Amino acid sequence: MKKLIGRLVQLSVLVLAALLLTTQFAAAEYGLNMPKGVTQISNEVYGLHMLIFWICVAIAVVVYGAMFWSMMFHRKSRGFKAATFHHSTLVEIVWTVIPFIILIAMAIPAAKTLIAIESTGSSDMTIKITGYQWKWRYEYLDGDAAGVSFFSSLSTPLEQINGDADRNQNPNYLLEVDNALVLPTGKKIRFLLTSSDVIHAWWIPDFAVKKDAVPGFINEMWTVIDEPGVYRGQCAELCGKDHGFMPIVVIAKDEPEYTAWLNQQSDAAIQQAKVELD
Amino acid sequence: MSTTTVDDHHDEHPGFFKRWITTTNHKDIGTLYLLFSLLMFFVGGAMAMVIRAELYVPGLQWVEPGFFNSMTTMHALIMIFGAVMPAFTGLANWLIPMMVGGCDMALPRLNNWSFWILPFAFTMLLSTLFMPGGGPAGGWTLYPPLVLQTGNAFPFVIFSIHLMGISSIMGSINVVATILNMRAPGMTLLKMPLFVWTWLITAYLLIATMPVLAGAVTMLLTDKYFATSFFSAAGGGDPVMFQHIFWFFGHPEVYILILPAFGIVSHIIPTFARKPLFGYSSMVYATASIAFLSFIVWAHHMFTVGMPLVGELFFMFSTMLIAVPTGVKVFNWIATMWRGSMTFETPMLFAVGFVIMFTLGGFSGLMLAIAPADFQYHDTYFVVAHFHYVLVPGAVFAIMAAAYFWLPKWTGHMYNETLGKTHFWLSTLFVNLTFFPMHFVGLAGMPRRIPDYSLQFTEFNTMASIGSFGFGLTQLLFAFIVIQTIRGGKKATDQVWEGAEGLEWTLPSPPPAHTFDVPPVIK
Repeated sequence: MKKLIGRLVQLSVLVLAALLLTTQFAAAEYGLNMPKGVTQISNEVYGLHMLIFWICVAIAVVVYGAMFWSMMFHRKSRGFKAATFHHSTLVEIVWTVIPFIILIAMAIPAAKTLIAIESTGSSDMTIKITGYQWKWRYEYLDGDAAGVSFFSSLSTPLEQINGDADRNQNPNYLLEVDNALVLPTGKKIRFLLTSSDVIHAWWIPDFAVKKDAVPGFINEMWTVIDEPGVYRGQCAELCGKDHGFMPIVVIAKDEPEYTAWLNQQSDAAIQQAKVELD
Repeated sequence: MSTTTVDDHHDEHPGFFKRWITTTNHKDIGTLYLLFSLLMFFVGGAMAMVIRAELYVPGLQWVEPGFFNSMTTMHALIMIFGAVMPAFTGLANWLIPMMVGGCDMALPRLNNWSFWILPFAFTMLLSTLFMPGGGPAGGWTLYPPLVLQTGNAFPFVIFSIHLMGISSIMGSINVVATILNMRAPGMTLLKMPLFVWTWLITAYLLIATMPVLAGAVTMLLTDKYFATSFFSAAGGGDPVMFQHIFWFFGHPEVYILILPAFGIVSHIIPTFARKPLFGYSSMVYATASIAFLSFIVWAHHMFTVGMPLVGELFFMFSTMLIAVPTGVKVFNWIATMWRGSMTFETPMLFAVGFVIMFTLGGFSGLMLAIAPADFQYHDTYFVVAHFHYVLVPGAVFAIMAAAYFWLPKWTGHMYNETLGKTHFWLSTLFVNLTFFPMHFVGLAGMPRRIPDYSLQFTEFNTMASIGSFGFGLTQLLFAFIVIQTIRGGKKATDQVWEGAEGLEWTLPSPPPAHTFDVPPVIK
């Protein structure tokens, strides 16, 4: 029986090691960790995430270390005789106070970032986002862009989702839309978020922006995008059967390109408005 | 029945109906609870298999998205209310009277009723899967307005939740009444075994929060059928208010699912370390602190709903505080193991596995407490990984540890140690293969509760699916071991384990139907 147990332990250790190795390889190609993102806030959040992660690792080394040491050496099979101690007020106080201090050290930077995240004032422009089952609507509320609005829905073909039609050739499978939200880089953009039916949540991991779209209420959030690029996210609150099929795509453009895009849109919007007036 | 009973005249031989249907015996009701829980564990597990089969590779292969959502919703409701909670209640029924030296539960007829509500509640809940519009698919958290889109199943779901709540409340009242009234003379509160203590505190949590859940779901019911607007902005209500009410129940519920597990582990580790539990009174105070804190942290489940900054700060700080008493517990367990004389029979393996993997779930919990980081983690697979670590290798492993630990006492037979250890190692391997990769896909941005995902998440999802199939199959071995042990096996001694201490080990194995008719003397 001991042999069997030994074999099992060996086997599981081997499989776990193999698992760890594969994750090492995967690290190169696939995301293993939170993205650092392209905004100051997302970088701060990433920093907090890594800080608390390493604190946990340090505690784990101590806690698991003591545990495994004990399991290795304080065994009856090694002839170890049990001690009889069962109480120490001093030790209890020590391991209450030390975690408390660590927590305070952690709480301070976390609170600072949280305060920054909630500072929605003095923005350069405002976008209203409305969640629908199962698409998003974007409305540009002010400045030159005022009046531009459009819906944004999944553009991955149904044949790829339900069939086997070259899904694997599509790098943006389930993460692509017909009309992306276009935003300027380097501007403080305020988002007003609401919903027309059930609760949705608008999330772009690279911005570290996630908030619920609640019907009948308006939530606020903001971002400043540092780098031009295409950023993808998904709805992050269960909203019914197609919850997994309402992605979010933001294209961030620098000033001249954004203006060029805007001019196109404004012309189209003015034309649209004229049609509606007639 | 045993022939070495303490008082034979009490040891009746009732027929099946009298023994199991109208029973008022705490041991038989405990058995009913435990078997019911095992059955529900497999029903909920089968649903998890459907979920993992669909997520094996990208694309929709097996089920419709709507049915997928029903599976995630029902899996959670059944595992929480049908598997873990009844298992703890079953353990409480079997063990609390024997541990405090009482002759039975204080309210035996109520006890019968508490149990027999459950099969009806869950039959009704499961029947909703076959109703027009399908089963509930809005998540076990039942957030409006989404949950109000449920079809004909809706009132049946609400009613079954009411029934589960009634059952839990009655069971808890019984536990409190038993602990406070049925203790043998000399068994002062601070002499009670820790399983009894953790259950006492759990029972108070249940009595405090189950009515809150009942209120919340009743408001959903009136919103849907009686034109109220508690959770609809159009009528002056607020959908987010439901979340506040729900999580005011939901967060204490999380501790309801883990405190009795703490109690179990606090019995098993000292037994196999052959050394008394370290810091008994600090364990009791830590449990009480966790219970208190559990009432003031609820909104950390909803950091993204758009709370005022002050609210977010409060809930972040209070949540972080929970790490302190939880840490104390883990440290105490390790100090108990430290310089003990340990052996690793199956219950000890599960208990040690519990401490290691529950702590891992605790670490991710600490990360989730950091509100700015939670904005990234919220509603991703990182959260799924977190709560499955505390619930599966946490609560479920503790329940299995308890089953192996006390099964010889209950049945009078030793289980097959080789099979037990095999069960532990396979479960540990597969549970990690299932849930560890979920941390990675969650951090990389995979939202939870989706039936299909983009290609970069494929490898880890396939890995998790393989792990879950392995874990599911391994549990059939557990069922086999339990049945085998009930039917026969090596005779267990009264003390069963060399290092076992406590009143239940002074009774014969198996104990006669009625024990401690004359209270034991407590030194």
